[in-house]
Amino acid sequence: MATSGTIDPMLPQPYLVREVFKETPDTFTLRLDPENAVNETVFRPGQFSMLWVFGVGEMPISISGDPALHNRLVYTVRSVGQATHSLVNQRVGNGVGVRGPFGTGWPVEAARGRDVIVVAGGIGLAPLRPVIYQVLQNRKDYGRLVILYGGRSPRDLLYREELAKWTRNSETQVLVTVDYGGLSWRGHVGVVTTLFKYSRLHPARSVAMVCGPEIMMRFVIRELEAAGLSRDDIYLSMERNMNCAVGFCGHCQYGPHFICKDGPVFRYEQVRALLEKYEL
Amino acid sequence: MEPLERIIGQHPFFVGLDDDFLSLMVSCAANLRFKPGTYILKEGDAADTFYLIREGKVALELFAPQHKPIIVSTIGIGEILGWSWLLEPYRWKFNARAVDDVRAIALDGKCLRNKCEENHDLGYEVLKRFAGIMEQRLDATRLQLLDVYAVGR
Repeated sequence: MATSGTIDPMLPQPYLVREVFKETPDTFTLRLDPENAVNETVFRPGQFSMLWVFGVGEMPISISGDPALHNRLVYTVRSVGQATHSLVNQRVGNGVGVRGPFGTGWPVEAARGRDVIVVAGGIGLAPLRPVIYQVLQNRKDYGRLVILYGGRSPRDLLYREELAKWTRNSETQVLVTVDYGGLSWRGHVGVVTTLFKYSRLHPARSVAMVCGPEIMMRFVIRELEAAGLSRDDIYLSMERNMNCAVGFCGHCQYGPHFICKDGPVFRYEQVRALLEKYEL
Repeated sequence: MEPLERIIGQHPFFVGLDDDFLSLMVSCAANLRFKPGTYILKEGDAADTFYLIREGKVALELFAPQHKPIIVSTIGIGEILGWSWLLEPYRWKFNARAVDDVRAIALDGKCLRNKCEENHDLGYEVLKRFAGIMEQRLDATRLQLLDVYAVGR
C-alpha cells in the first residue's frame, strides 16, 4: 500500500473532485485531490483504487493519471451502471471516498532498456496511460515506444489530443484504428490486431502490455506471439468483480489468483491456461 | 526511384516465386497514383487487376440503399488490394476509395490467373498466399463482428 495517509485499507480517504472532463459520449476523466494534505498518494502504473460515491456504492477504477504527480489522482470512467453513472455526474467540489491504490502494476521499471509495446482496446487505454507518461518522462531509459490503440468508432476514442502529441515524440509510433469509421474519418478502419502489420517490432528486446476486453487480448496475444514475442514478455490487465480489493472477500477469484491482490496485471504465462477456460 | 522489379520481388507475397514468373509480372506492372477520393475499384466492375499499396490508405466501402457508404476496412502500406480477379465471376465485390494520396503498383491479375491455369504448381503457390491474406482478413472481420467495445460485452 502506498498511500501514506491510509492506515486501514478498508477505510476510504476523503478526496475532492477538482475536474470532470468528457472524453466521449459515455466516458469521463475525473481529477481528484486529497481533502487533507496528509493523503499524498503514490501509485504505480496499472494499479487501481476503490472509489466510493457516498450513498451509492463503491467501484474499482484504474488510475489513468501521471504517476509523477503525487497529489493528484486521475480516473477515466465509463458510465455503464448506477455507481459509475453517479461517479461521472459528480460536480467539482464534491467529495468522493478513495481506498488504495491496490494491486500489481505494469512492469515499467523492469522494462528499462527495452522497447515497450502498448496495446489497448476501448477504455483499456486508461490503465496504460500512466505507462506512456512514465516512458515519455524517462525517454532515454527505454527503447522504442509502440502504441497500438483500437476503439469502436472515432467518437469513442480516448485522449485524442494526447494521442496526437505522443505521435510527435521521437522513437514513438502511435497507430490508432476504429472498428466502424464514418466517411470523415481518415484513419485506419479495422480491429486493433490489423495494426500489427504496420508496426515495427523487435520481439527480442520488447515488452508488451495489453489491456482491453478479454477476447480482444486473446487475439492480440496471437499477433504478439506470431511476431516472435516471448510469453514471458507479454503482460495483461485482467478484470473481475473486485469488492474488498485486499484479497479477503474472494469476489474476484480467478483460478488460484485474486485479481485485486495478485493482479490486475499478470504475466501472460500466469493466466494463459485460465484464459482458455469457459465461464471463468 | 526504386525499380519495380526489386519492389515486387521483395514483397512478402512474391518472395520465393519463380524468377521467370516474376519477370512476367514485372513486365506488365504499372506504377499508379490515386488522389484522395478517387475510386480504385468499383463494385460490379470486371476484376482483372490487383494492387500492391506503396503509400497511403485505401478504404473498402460497401453501399447500402439510403445510407452513406459503409467503410468495411482500410488497406495500407505493404498490403495487397483485391482478390476478386482470382475467383469467378471476376467482379469486384466492394468499392475501394483512396483515403489520402495513394501510390500503388497495379499487377495483371488476368495474366496471373491464366498462368495459374497453365501451371498448377504456380497456381497452388498463388492460392496458398492469397489464402493467407484471406485468413487474416476473416479473423479480423470475426473480431470486428463481435463488437467487443460495446456496453455489456
